[in-house]
Amino acid sequence: MVSLLSTPHPKERRIIFGNISKPGYSPDIETYLAHGGYESLKKALGMKPNEIVDMVKAANLRGRGGAGFPAGAKWSFIKYDDGKPHYIVVNGDESEPGTFKDRYILHQDPHQLIEGLAIAAFATNVHLSYIYIRCEFPKAAKIVWNAIKEAKAKGFLGKNILGTGFDLDIYVHQGAGAYICGEETSLLESLEGKRPYPRIKPPYFPAVLGLYMKPTIVNNVETICHVKHILAMGPEEYAKMGTPGDGGTRTMCVSGDVQRPGFYEIPCGGVTLGELINDVCGGLKPGRTLKAVIPGGSSAKVLRAGETFKMKVKGADGQMVEKDVPLLDLVMDASTLQAAGTMVGSGGVMIMDDSRDMVWALNNLNQFYAHESCGQCTPCREGSLWMSKVTTRIIDEGARHDDAKNLKNIADNIAGRTVCAFGEACSWPTQSFLAKFPDEFEKRVK
Amino acid sequence: MRAMTESLTRQADSLSAEFVAEADELVSHYPVSKRSASLPLLHLWQNHFGFIDESGIEWIAARLELNPINIIELVTFYPWFRREQAGKTIIRVCRTLACALAGSYEVKEKFCQAVGLDPHCEHHGFGHAPPTTADGKFSVEFVECLASCGSAPVALINDDLVENIKPSEVSSIVDSYK
Repeated sequence: MVSLLSTPHPKERRIIFGNISKPGYSPDIETYLAHGGYESLKKALGMKPNEIVDMVKAANLRGRGGAGFPAGAKWSFIKYDDGKPHYIVVNGDESEPGTFKDRYILHQDPHQLIEGLAIAAFATNVHLSYIYIRCEFPKAAKIVWNAIKEAKAKGFLGKNILGTGFDLDIYVHQGAGAYICGEETSLLESLEGKRPYPRIKPPYFPAVLGLYMKPTIVNNVETICHVKHILAMGPEEYAKMGTPGDGGTRTMCVSGDVQRPGFYEIPCGGVTLGELINDVCGGLKPGRTLKAVIPGGSSAKVLRAGETFKMKVKGADGQMVEKDVPLLDLVMDASTLQAAGTMVGSGGVMIMDDSRDMVWALNNLNQFYAHESCGQCTPCREGSLWMSKVTTRIIDEGARHDDAKNLKNIADNIAGRTVCAFGEACSWPTQSFLAKFPDEFEKRVK
Repeated sequence: MRAMTESLTRQADSLSAEFVAEADELVSHYPVSKRSASLPLLHLWQNHFGFIDESGIEWIAARLELNPINIIELVTFYPWFRREQAGKTIIRVCRTLACALAGSYEVKEKFCQAVGLDPHCEHHGFGHAPPTTADGKFSVEFVECLASCGSAPVALINDDLVENIKPSEVSSIVDSYK
């Protein structure tokens, strides 16, 4: 396990990982109760369900799975009293390269997830819920199962929870090694026992037609965990930790060429990229300089060292002025990274230094996407494989003069032409590596 | 190579009462639709027998009141399922970017050498077992991101995640699974 720094870095604020980092903290329910566990659930059960939804909205909690959709808005699409069964499915299929936070929550603090889930279920009139965990986390599945049994024995799950008349059953469902199941409609098809092809949109939200064609919320593990903290500290306090529209903390997972790779829970917008690399992660390896950053999971568009971005920032007089912001000064929040043409995504920051070959790095990602395309849509099924074949050939045999043009053409003909966002996810690396590092492709032309 | 689904004995002929009870328990987790239990039953089957043969597909389909094709389409889609016996210990080395940056290609080759497989052997998927030693003790394959990029390179060995693997440590890691 990557261990958290024993004392948090000054830039960190541990909410989700507050208990996990304490010495001797274990995933059993007695330990959880000794640390104030299930108090937020007790509070929630005394509230009106719509008050809880309003709190999550006011907290400005955005989904932590990658798409960053406001969680409160997602919940409010569910009509509490429409007479239909509702479901919540927790997405624990963590598999976006560069992302490794849910793994630690599931293994080390499963009750935090169960408590958040019970609160979410109470708020949205859900009585049956599934936690979808990728099968490459076999121990996590056992730990979460055990935690569900413990919670049930203590009356926090099952029939008539804490005497309030509210019922909730939770089950663990294991995936079978397919990245596509992280896409929420694919995950639902997988949970229904079908071949997990993402569903055609619209409807855009499973809140309209979800699991078994009933209103469903799909939330990431970390997102659900935040719910109990919003109730505990109040939505205003919670929102204040972040930036407007991006409340609370976000776990940044840093990997690649830094001294201290790992995950760091940081208030949303609480660090710049430069602070994250040089301060929190101890800088680059000795004698190396920065070359490239993938800021939000492997699908996020790559950024090049030395780039500047035209952005509207608040000037000294409070007026918004346009300014050139250097790469390392980019604030790591949803809106800033979006303005820089990329995304904060799932919080997976991959750092590459000057020893790295960008064509090789792109080829590694292209092979990933070629392997993981589900094959439902022709542009993605064929295109992801073509891109992978072309970059592999460039590495093995050198580039042809029109390879870069062809690669771009393939990528441009995938993005926007597929049922799900995998089409964008697999094109953005190729598009952005070509745009940001054209020299590396040119120098390989024979 | 032996035909994938051809075996001398049918796995379904040797089911114990405990296995059937466990299958029933899994089906009960899905009160709305039994079909949802198809993945859990496939996992149960593969964990029990090591792979999924034709009789397994038929048994699961019958248990869930489905047609065998509804199960075959899952076995052929998900990389986790296989229709041939793999090694007793399966070493799954992460191939994706953060691990590759940290040397996972070399680590995978070392694992192959340590167990006696061709270092450049590839897993051809489509239900085949990953490259497996002749004595049936070890399989080694590359898999995509295992979500542990902060401690790269990593491998999932049976149910254990092994992190920060140095090429020099590979043979002693393998020894601990012998």
